[in-house]
Amino acid sequence: MMSFQIITIGTSLGGFYALKTLLGVLPQNFPLPVAVVQHRSAEESDIFAPLLASHLQLPVLEVEDKQEIEGGRIYVCPANYHLLVERSHFALSTDAPVLHARPAIDVLFESAADSFGEGVVGILLTGMSRDGSAGLRKIKEKGGYTVVQDPTTAEGRTMPQSAISSMAVDRILSIDEIGPFILELCAGQRGAA
Amino acid sequence: MKNELAVSPSPSVEEIEMDLLLEGIYRQYGFDFRNYALSSLRRRIMNFARNERASTISALQDRILHDRSWLDRFLFALSVNVSAIFRDPAFYLAFRKEVVPMLRTYPFIRIWLAGVSMGEEVYSLAILLEEEGIYDRCRIYATDINEPVLKKAKEGIYPLELMQTYTSNYMKAGGLQSFSRYYTAAYDRAIFKASLRDNVVFAQHNLATDASFNEFHVILCRNVMIYFNRELQGHVHHLLYESLVMFGILGVGAKETLRFSPHEQAYDEIDKAAKLYRRVA
Repeated sequence: MMSFQIITIGTSLGGFYALKTLLGVLPQNFPLPVAVVQHRSAEESDIFAPLLASHLQLPVLEVEDKQEIEGGRIYVCPANYHLLVERSHFALSTDAPVLHARPAIDVLFESAADSFGEGVVGILLTGMSRDGSAGLRKIKEKGGYTVVQDPTTAEGRTMPQSAISSMAVDRILSIDEIGPFILELCAGQRGAA
Repeated sequence: MKNELAVSPSPSVEEIEMDLLLEGIYRQYGFDFRNYALSSLRRRIMNFARNERASTISALQDRILHDRSWLDRFLFALSVNVSAIFRDPAFYLAFRKEVVPMLRTYPFIRIWLAGVSMGEEVYSLAILLEEEGIYDRCRIYATDINEPVLKKAKEGIYPLELMQTYTSNYMKAGGLQSFSRYYTAAYDRAIFKASLRDNVVFAQHNLATDASFNEFHVILCRNVMIYFNRELQGHVHHLLYESLVMFGILGVGAKETLRFSPHEQAYDEIDKAAKLYRRVA
């Protein structure tokens, strides 16, 4: 059985509801870290993380630079930074936007694939952008596992559709199915120390 | 999890190439990127290789080590951050409220902006200090690792289309005037008033390898150390600490911490959200 080390999720338009649904399924003893990029405006305040947390069992943290990656936590990218994964911690950058987005999903996915290879699960959800497709391809290339929200169940179809058209994703699921599927996929993992 | 992560898988060819490139640049030219954060550095190097149509990092290394002009292009690609005038308006608002009153007590104020990239912070701070009536007493040292980037910072020219955002930032940052008085629009560009640079010294300085060069009342180093690993962050924090007068002010980026500073205990927090600290020991 594959041993996953990190779950990475990217979403844009309609993302809050999708994240609430998907992450709400994960129990307090969920073993893996979950890193989330949600597209949002540069000026947005820091309410996204606490707002999301109010719907979930797992703690939600807005990432600070070089913060350790620990299992059983949901890490969300701050507005106006890119979020990158190193082996034991996160890094932030203020590099140029990618496909008009900062944070960009591609940046999270690609850095996770570089750091964890086949240990990455990449999940691309609703959105009206093409961000995330290149990153998801890279996760797959490095042996990780890819899941895309069924575009017919997504508020923004462009983003999941773009990924599906450009690669053979491992699973296409409705937003209600993704959470339970992830639980199954990661069942039996030893998880966080 | 932590234990699993601590065991690094064997490095990829790409990682080996990156190590060799950075080692080569250090030994040939003295620029030390070996302790930069791996993930963001990798991204920048790969983007640079793609833009320059180098098929591998090794091909890039061949060019850079044998031709200084390639090093300059590489440095430029590695030192550009995409910031904004009055990025994080709340920071400047806190600076006005909490820091300016302290600065008023000094007859002469030395400020170091470390890692200014394209200079957005230089103009933001100069405007703020002018509006608070203390700019004439200030000398701002604006440093960056890269000379061509500094030249851009000195020009103070930004795309006109950004002025709407910058004006909004300025207002949220507590701006007291009409923002348009600080720049002249020409074609599709905005050129900031030269008088804003009257008390600014632009100088090349490498945080990774150069020493402290003065004592300052204020040091701002925002969103620069995010590109460094923890070890280099610790080194730079020591440099900044050494360069601050007692009761001097340190400002870092909104998502940075002093956790990796060997002098964390020597600072009092002035404003938690704005990441403004005061040296007290």
